[in-house]
Amino acid sequence: MPTVSMTVNGKAVTGEVEGRTLLVHFLRDKLHLTGTHVGCDTAQCGACTVHVNGKAVKSCNMLALQADGAQVTTIEGLAQNGSLHPMQEAFRDNHGLQCGFCTPGMVMAAVALVQDAPGLSEEEIRHGLEGNICRCTGYHNIVKAVKAGAQAMGGK
Amino acid sequence: MPEGTGIGASVKRKEDFRFLTGRGTYTDDINRPGQTYAYILRSPHAAADIVKIDTSKAAKAPGVVAILTGADYDKGGLPAGWQIHSKDGSPMIEPPHFPLCKDKVRHVGDQVALVVAETYAQARDAAELIDVTYKETTPVVSVADADKPGQPQVWPEAKNNVCYDWHIGDKAATDAAFAKAAHVTKIDLVNQRLIPNAMEPRAAVGDFDRATGEFTLYTTSQNPHVIRLLMGAFVLQIPESKLRVVAPDVGGGFGSKIFHYAEEALVTWAAGKVERPVKWTAERSESFLTDAHGRDHASHAELAMDKDGKFLGLRVATKANMGAYLSTFAPCVPTYLYATLLAGVYSTPAIYAEVKALFTNTAVVDAYRGAGRPEATYLLERLVEKAARETGIDRVEIRRKNFIPTNAFPYQTPVALQYDSGDYFATLDMALKMADWAGFEKRRADSKAKGKLRGIGISTYIEACGIAPSAVVGSLGARAGLYESGSIRVHPTGSVTVFTGTHSHGQGHETTFAQLVSEGLGIPIENVEVSHGDTNKIPFGMGTYGSRSLAVGGSALVKAMDKIIAKAKRIAAHLMEASVADIEFKDGKFTVVGTDKVKTIGEIALTAYVPHNYPITELEPGLEETAFYDPLNFTYPGGCHICEVEIDPDTGQTTILKFTAVDDIGRVINPMIVEGQVHGGVAQGIGQALLEAAAYDNESGQLLTGSYMDYAMPRADDVPNIAVANHVTLCTHNPLGAKGVGEVGAIGLPPAVINAVLDALRPVGVEDITMPATPYKVWSAMQSASKKAAE
Repeated sequence: MPTVSMTVNGKAVTGEVEGRTLLVHFLRDKLHLTGTHVGCDTAQCGACTVHVNGKAVKSCNMLALQADGAQVTTIEGLAQNGSLHPMQEAFRDNHGLQCGFCTPGMVMAAVALVQDAPGLSEEEIRHGLEGNICRCTGYHNIVKAVKAGAQAMGGK
Repeated sequence: MPEGTGIGASVKRKEDFRFLTGRGTYTDDINRPGQTYAYILRSPHAAADIVKIDTSKAAKAPGVVAILTGADYDKGGLPAGWQIHSKDGSPMIEPPHFPLCKDKVRHVGDQVALVVAETYAQARDAAELIDVTYKETTPVVSVADADKPGQPQVWPEAKNNVCYDWHIGDKAATDAAFAKAAHVTKIDLVNQRLIPNAMEPRAAVGDFDRATGEFTLYTTSQNPHVIRLLMGAFVLQIPESKLRVVAPDVGGGFGSKIFHYAEEALVTWAAGKVERPVKWTAERSESFLTDAHGRDHASHAELAMDKDGKFLGLRVATKANMGAYLSTFAPCVPTYLYATLLAGVYSTPAIYAEVKALFTNTAVVDAYRGAGRPEATYLLERLVEKAARETGIDRVEIRRKNFIPTNAFPYQTPVALQYDSGDYFATLDMALKMADWAGFEKRRADSKAKGKLRGIGISTYIEACGIAPSAVVGSLGARAGLYESGSIRVHPTGSVTVFTGTHSHGQGHETTFAQLVSEGLGIPIENVEVSHGDTNKIPFGMGTYGSRSLAVGGSALVKAMDKIIAKAKRIAAHLMEASVADIEFKDGKFTVVGTDKVKTIGEIALTAYVPHNYPITELEPGLEETAFYDPLNFTYPGGCHICEVEIDPDTGQTTILKFTAVDDIGRVINPMIVEGQVHGGVAQGIGQALLEAAAYDNESGQLLTGSYMDYAMPRADDVPNIAVANHVTLCTHNPLGAKGVGEVGAIGLPPAVINAVLDALRPVGVEDITMPATPYKVWSAMQSASKKAAE
């Protein structure tokens, strides 16, 4: 089996994978980073969103081998030194999550969204989150959270 | 809004930290030592005889541990939890439902073989080598046609595919009402099939301990004790003492994770056979094919009115799709959760409803958020709207004229329920004001000036939840009681663990119940932890559905707290050398009336566990109490939803401009969580009204909407901001005054949207539209209306 190496949440990792192994399964099954979820298998729901080289990527839509040499950040790597990332904090403050299953992907997508384009309007946020499905919240509080998170990130 | 952490405060959720940092533990995150993986080979046909299954090639594939088929399965079938009797007194047809098909497949996705292997990929690869010979037969798909003579038969024992033919109400009184009517409004409606689509796909891990003979099932369930009961007693014959069921973090349910599914039994059974843990996780396409679907009614209804628009009688005939088998709660959804709600908020004196439940070659249909009550509300609110149009009575006035008067509670409806409280006038008035109903015509004109069609729609609804009084549901055919249990363990140093038989899969019980107990016992909320979802920890539980957790489970906790306080008072009386009658408890402190003597609940707890100075001959040590609460009645949340839409006549696209929900849900513990529940229900209601439909091909029985590319889930830009308000009348019969909020959005909303769409389209000649009102459907309706006008 081929070997793949990448940096995940700041740590260098190496593992053997089948050619067909998806990045999400490498993260979940080999690295035990189970915060990244599989919701649909068809790259529609966004529950598996992680950052690959700083960009939001649906990790069910990418082979682990394609991430060879990449910098990968998962939800587990977002909070630094025990304190929540401003976007995580904003989701909590605005009740932007209920069952929590879409939440890691939603937060990772939101961070990338506002990083790329700070100062988004509500409409732009709604459009920007089209690739992430939530069945619990009706999005109302997610949109509020992303707005607040963007502000707290200060356009960083 | 109250400050702090007690009842009525919007406390931030205790569970959020783990979910936000990826530390939640969902079933698919659980891996047991020595675990194997299961893949289920499913039927590609809607109806076929299984002629032969050849597993010889597959058995030799790498990593295969076992391949099991219906021929190997020697245990029981999945039971139905509710028995309905037909009009003639005969019991419903209850066909066997084995977790692996034995001789026939009855819907696309039916379980044909279970492959257990060292890895999931190996199990999947091996399944491709299984050679199944099918003899295809013609399926029956549409519920509207399923009982017509000459249709294919799903089960030979269910003639014309009828599971039951049931009725409720007074037929003679209803006929008499129609005989004297000045006007009768008639409507035919389809409440389309939906797929619940919790974001976490179903999963199950079965484990077997050879040393003790104990089985453990980790599963995506809303009610682990119910699964233990059904699977243990009826399917696998494992006593409760040897079967532990754990429902850890569960990623949404909406009803679809209430039911006992074949896969739960299969992994547990297989774990015993291979003596290793067996894990199965649904792919999303399996969720589409095999999660219990919702709704799927075809109805005809007639409303009789006098010359002033006062409702005299209501007649309803509904066909309800059960799918190919009976799912756990399926029989009660179109009967006791639907037809009993047909009075709605109106004082219609005579109602008669007939419901025919039919088998088809489709996935099972069972409770989905609202379960029966959305179907009843949609029917009534579309009918009342049509009645207003036909009689020329204002649509708000016709509702006011027929509302149950606020002083008429408790109110006995003609369809079995007795409503305890409500004020429909107040919720209506609040909603009209919030939605600026009076200013609508100006907004309509503004839209018209831009070439757009604007409409406003209203829905005044009621639901029955807080499920349910055991004696009542027992008399109606339920095979279980529907109480709830709660335990409170005050630890020696004063922290508290709360054990609830309800299950949180997004509802925030870890926070709401902590608020309740923190306030009740005067213990800081950070010292209160809520435990749920494990049959080895929780005494018993009926779980979470039917908006019951606070009204029933919260009430059990109140009862348990009463017992804790009663015992603690006796300990306090002993310590302070006073009579128990003189002890008062407030804010965590026990005082002797008229003195400055005081003991905190922490001191009492320590004494209870270190009973050196203790009334040991009269009282046991320890401070832990359990209570079971069986409600006296259902609870009846109600309210008014108003929707304002704008339609682009060029594309048929409907945009919801504003949505207003004023709900009477009884006592609110955490307003932030309550609003979130309404938002979520509203989004699912918008999904039903404008986007979602589970479509089967009528010829082949193939599911056409089998992925998120075909099934239109509401996304962030499909849903508007939602204005939410509460008008509280308390439930009169539970200690919290709570009614329930989980389902109100999905129940009240769809007719408000469709009434708004029709209000917008009426000026261009469109009189009817079916859900979901997609752009194509709206555009097509406009084209045919204009063609008709030109003729």
